[in-house]
Amino acid sequence: MPLPHLPLDAITIGANADDWPAAITAAGDALVRSGAATSAYTERMIAVIREFGAYIVIAPGLALAHARPGADVLTDGLCVVTLADPVAFGHPHNDPVSVIVGLAVTGADDHLQFVAELANVFNDPTVIPALAGATTAEFVQSVFGQS
Amino acid sequence: MKIVVMCGIGLGTSAILKVNTERALERLDIDARVQATDVAGVRTAAADAQVILTSSELVDAIGKTNADVIVINNYFDVDELVAKLEVALGS
Repeated sequence: MPLPHLPLDAITIGANADDWPAAITAAGDALVRSGAATSAYTERMIAVIREFGAYIVIAPGLALAHARPGADVLTDGLCVVTLADPVAFGHPHNDPVSVIVGLAVTGADDHLQFVAELANVFNDPTVIPALAGATTAEFVQSVFGQS
Repeated sequence: MKIVVMCGIGLGTSAILKVNTERALERLDIDARVQATDVAGVRTAAADAQVILTSSELVDAIGKTNADVIVINNYFDVDELVAKLEVALGS
């Protein structure tokens, strides 16, 4: 299973966010815009961080916003938000965050394949800085091998 | 050998860590099973595991365990995983 489609309306360049909940909300808004989830999913992504901490900041500058599958996930979806100014999430090594990848999955079992594809993209250490500096949504699509 | 990768909800981040841990093990030529779990399931999942890999944020949630707990900073850095697994597994 390849990555879910990353449509242009699931990409936000240079979002303004004062704090991490605002940054996650920008990712949630992108998933809502592209039809992958409802706004209830945004609240659940924020709740995961409130419960477990900033562990979703899995690499320097990158947060992987996600929650469990649920009725608020309409279809498997991916979004990318870059921030105008980096935001601290409270991670001891990987703060501040300038890129948020949002993930919505309909089932826990079938998402492993496209997460592997996501790992393929990000195992290249130049990708996070490249995304952080992106000026167009089309460029972000190309980083993920999509158009 | 069994290695447990743990995140808050048992998917997404732990799945990425699972994929890259398997890549690191392949590079080290070590045969091990990698199981992803969440905070709630780690006690059961790690009962027969040698190693638990997770984020610094979640170490306290593991509680008492006989497994070696390894903190991974960059989930996409297979070199970091190789180096830390090499130390933990003594190969």
